[in-house]
Parts: sequence; C-alpha cells; structure tokens
Amino acid sequence: MTQMALSPPPVAAEDPRDRGGPAQPMLIVDGIRKYFPIRAGVLNRTVAEVKAVDDISFYVLKGETLGIVGESGCGKSTLARLLMHLVDRDEGHLILDGDLVGEETGVPLDGLRRALQMVFQDSYSSLNPRLPIEQSIAYGPKVQGASSKVAKAQARALMEKVGLKANLFAQRYPHELSGGQKQRVNIARALALDPRLLILDEAVSALDKSVEAQVLNLLEDLKQQLNLTYIFISHDLHVVRYISDRVLVMYLGQVVEIGPVDQIYEDPQHPYTQALLACRLSMDPEERVEAAPLAGDPPNPVNPPSGCRFHTRCPFMEDVCMAKAPGLGDVLSSSANDHLAACHMVHPGSGHSRAPLPVRA
Amino acid sequence: MTDAVANSLATAPVQSAPAARVRSYWGGVWQRLRYDYVTLFCIALIVLIVLSAVFAPWLAPFDPYKSSMANRLRPIGYRQFLLGTDEQGRDMLSRLLYGGRVSLLMGIVPVILATLVGGMFGVVAGYYGRKVNMGIMRTMDIFFAFPSVLLAVAISGSLGGGITNQMLTLTVVLIPPICRVAETATSQVRNMDFVDAARATGASTTSILFTHVLINVMSPVLVYASTLVSISIILASGLSFLGLGVSPPTADWGLMLSTLRQSIYVQPLVSAIPGVAILVTSIAFNLVSDGLRQAMDVKA
Repeated sequence: MTQMALSPPPVAAEDPRDRGGPAQPMLIVDGIRKYFPIRAGVLNRTVAEVKAVDDISFYVLKGETLGIVGESGCGKSTLARLLMHLVDRDEGHLILDGDLVGEETGVPLDGLRRALQMVFQDSYSSLNPRLPIEQSIAYGPKVQGASSKVAKAQARALMEKVGLKANLFAQRYPHELSGGQKQRVNIARALALDPRLLILDEAVSALDKSVEAQVLNLLEDLKQQLNLTYIFISHDLHVVRYISDRVLVMYLGQVVEIGPVDQIYEDPQHPYTQALLACRLSMDPEERVEAAPLAGDPPNPVNPPSGCRFHTRCPFMEDVCMAKAPGLGDVLSSSANDHLAACHMVHPGSGHSRAPLPVRA
Repeated sequence: MTDAVANSLATAPVQSAPAARVRSYWGGVWQRLRYDYVTLFCIALIVLIVLSAVFAPWLAPFDPYKSSMANRLRPIGYRQFLLGTDEQGRDMLSRLLYGGRVSLLMGIVPVILATLVGGMFGVVAGYYGRKVNMGIMRTMDIFFAFPSVLLAVAISGSLGGGITNQMLTLTVVLIPPICRVAETATSQVRNMDFVDAARATGASTTSILFTHVLINVMSPVLVYASTLVSISIILASGLSFLGLGVSPPTADWGLMLSTLRQSIYVQPLVSAIPGVAILVTSIAFNLVSDGLRQAMDVKA
C-alpha cells in the first residue's frame, strides 16, 4: 500500500512539441461547468437546468492514461465534448501544456484542435457513410491545409499503423467494414492531426471481447510509438483497470474520487466507488453477485439531492450528508499519487460517525 | 500435418492481395440499377417522352394549331389522323407532341428550382437549428396550412397566367415539402458523431456542410424531388384545366384535357388521350424515383 503511494509518477519522454516541460501536466481542467437549459412554454423560457458537468477539476500528466468511470448519464460524455470544445462550457478553464485555451493570450482553438482529438463510441455514426474511409481520415489534414496528395499518403500510412491494409481498405465505405475495423479507422482519423492527447469516449465499449482486446493492445502500442496521453472514458471497470494509470470516478456531474488505479481498485474510499466495484463480474462463479449493490436510477441531475449527491443511495447516509456537500479537496495542487474522495467518512471532523478523528495541531 | 498446414498459412503470399477497385458512390448506384428492369424501362420511357417533346417540330405530322371545321372530333385512326382530332379539328398526335413540351417543362423546371431553394433553406434550418430553424420552418408551415392545389390556384390567380408565372407558382408550392425533407435529413445527419469529428478537426461550417452534410442529405432529397415531378405535371395540368395556366390555343396536356371535356360523350377515347399521357408520364417518374431510392440506399 505504502509502496504504491511512493511509486514515481510516469515521466513523459522528450517531445519536440513540448512547451511546458515534462512536469507540466498535458491538460489541466479547472472548475469546468456545463448546465443544459430546459426550455418550455410558448416563450421558450428556461425553466430548469440539467447540471451535466458541475465544477470538475483534474489534470492529466504527460504520457499518462487517465480513466474516467461512472454510471450512464453521469456526464462522462459531456465532459469529453467540453474538453473537445464541441460543447461550449459555461465556466472554467482549460490549460493545455501550460497555455490557457481559448483566451486571447493562450492557445488558439485551432492549436487545441490539433493537440486534442477524440475517438467516438458509436462506430456507426462516427464515420460518414458516403465517404470512402481514406477520405474520412484525410479530411482533417486537408482542413488544416495539407494538399490532397499529402493528406491521402498520410491517411494510407495511418491505416497501416492501425493495422488496416491500405490497398484493401482505402476505397471501402464504412458499411463494408466490421465494428473493430471501423473503430481502427476512427483511431486513425483521430491520429491524423498528430495529436498529443487522445480522448477515448467508450472507444471499445461496442466491440466484442476479442476485438476489444486487439484494439486495447493497439492503443497501448500507439501510445508508446506516438508519445500520446489518453483520457479513457468507459463504464467497463475491468478495461479501465487494465489501461489506466489513474482513475477518476464521476457521479451526477461531479468527481467523487480520484487516485492511482491500484489504490482506487484495492482500497476504494467513496461508497459509490465501492458499490461500482462490487458490480464487477467475477471470474469465479462462487463469487456471484446476487443483488445489485446499487439499486435504482441515479437522481435527476435537474434537481440533484442536497448535500452529498450520493446520499439518496448511500448505505452510510447520516444527517450531515444531507446538510453539507463533502469536498474533494484541492485536486489541482495534489500530487498524482494522492488519493482523494469526496465523502464525509474520509474527512476528519466532518461530523459523520465513521469519519476519522480530527488531528490535533 | 498440423505444422504443414500452419506453415502453408504462414507463408501464404500476403502482399498479393489486389488493390480494391476504386468504385465511386455513383458507380455503386449504377451497379444496383443495372438489374432493376422496371426502373430501367421507366427511364427509357421518360427519355422517349422527353425526346418526342424536344423533336416535336420534326415528328409532328401536322401543324398543331391548324384547325379544320370539316374534321372535328374524328376517332382514333381516322384517315391520316393517327390519334384522331380535337373539337376544332386539330391533329391530336401533333398537339400531344407539342403539349409534352409545356407539360414536361412544368414538371421538371419547378422541381429543379424548388429543390435548389427548398433544399438550401432546409439544410440551413437543419444544420443551424434553434432560432434559424424556427424562423424557416414556421414560415414553411404557413404554406403547409393550405392544400397545395388551393395554394397554387391562389398564387396563380394573383400572378396571372402565362408559362413563367405558372412555373413560379409551382416552384413556390413545391418549396415547403422539399424544405421539410431536407431539414429532417440534415438534422439527423447533424447529430451524427462524424459531424462532431469534423468540427474537432477545426473545419469551417461551409466545409462540413459540403463534405459531410450535403452528400448525406442529397439522396433523400433527390428521391423525394423525383416523386414531385409527377405531382408538378398534374398540378400544372390542373391549373391549365382551370384556365389559370397557359391560355388556349397553346398545346398543353392539361389544357387539352380541359377543352376536350365537353366532348367526352362524343369521342370518349380521344378525350382521354391527354389524360393517358399525364398518367403514363407521372407513373414513369414515380417508378423511377422508387427505383432510385433503392439504388441510392448505401446500405442496400
């Protein structure tokens, strides 16, 4: 346990594109927030807001894989789209390799586009059905000013890199490919702009197990070869454990726990993380999970519960949980080895009966 | 034994895989159309009708405007009049050929214009959504509130007769339905992940619209537009029939139907000829659009 806490953070290899030095995190997300308005009535007034992503902060080190897990609808995909600037954020900052994104002084959006790319979950809708895959891959470089010939050569090289024979596949249409092949094309397209950070939004969730393993291995290889950093979003806890260095657990638009992967999996602090991990299927038939550890749906993000958002489903709920929202602590100034949880049971002196005693100064 | 198999598999010449043949989207469409004989027949029929209209001056045996009181309402096959004569003794075959010119023009030109205008509005409404969508689609709804024939009569009545005005009328009537189809198709495409992926590369809206959206919206819109050709011909005929379109003595299928109406008890077969021409043409266009829809479905 203490051994793990002392393990050194992954140090990124030298990269000519590097601006902030190896210790500067690849991406810092500071207090990002997105509320989707619900409009109703004749006047189309905003009657309520879906708090999809509510004040999330974290950072991703260079060369690291950060896993993001959580139930369906907890805001994982919205977070990915916010990072990609596909959805405008209401509040918060992104700092890409030391530069503020989107502000006048920082990286322009175009620079972000090149450094940050995304692999989408649905391989059916993520490829244009009317474009041969070579053109789908070559589109990005062409948009960024490469000549058609250069872009095509690049697309073919990338197809080989993700394990598709360019001669065979370049002219095919998406409906002529299998799910795994389509996902390889998706990865190739995301790599076409030579990004540094790849957001993988449920990138392997729709694949069957054998293909999933192939794609995961491909991702590992590419990460080594191209010096990439990953944000890996998934609801498959086994996959996240396999691929991640650190894990971030989301519940109802907020981060409830963040820490190194082994600490999260072996010693989960937050009751939600504990419940999530208890849902995993075991290889041992003797250890069957009979009852679902988490009953019911998550509460409505339009009207999240007061205090701790998890208190409605938490087995350890006490009065303080309803009254006061537990903080996660200062994520941005914590080290990569720190294990933080937003739960009154972990914070000394929080008023919860299971909380550790406050340390006397 | 198993080693031998494994060896033969391992040494199989991988690099001999041939490069896939380059096949464009339209190449694929043609591959599927080739064996659809009904559609091919209808395309041939339409080509024949168009050609006969274009070459009417050379094909027509008589002057379509030369009347003869002596030869009024002759039956089909009377002497040199292959399809008989109308109520003023003009040759029906010649008038049918010349009438095709106006009727086909009425069928095709308004549809092309409406596809361009309606398609553009629909794509813009569907892509930008929200207020732009509201503005465009509610305006279209105003036009939808009227039955299309009534709307055509109203516009035509205020604009006055003549070929140009009639085409304008038909275009206005056909814009809303095309706009709606384009808007629906666009808003579906707009929510697909590949549009987001394109946005993530930093592409401009114009580039996304032309590379990713239009190509996917095109086929439903084109298929729908081809069904409108027959509707447009029938609407144009209806307007002419009511006296709101082209005016006599111009040869036009609808107008011919209108003027021959009084003679239906005298020469029922001759009176029906313009109607048959309208029917055959519109069925041909409908079947072609049906065949196109199947051929253009990329997942067929």
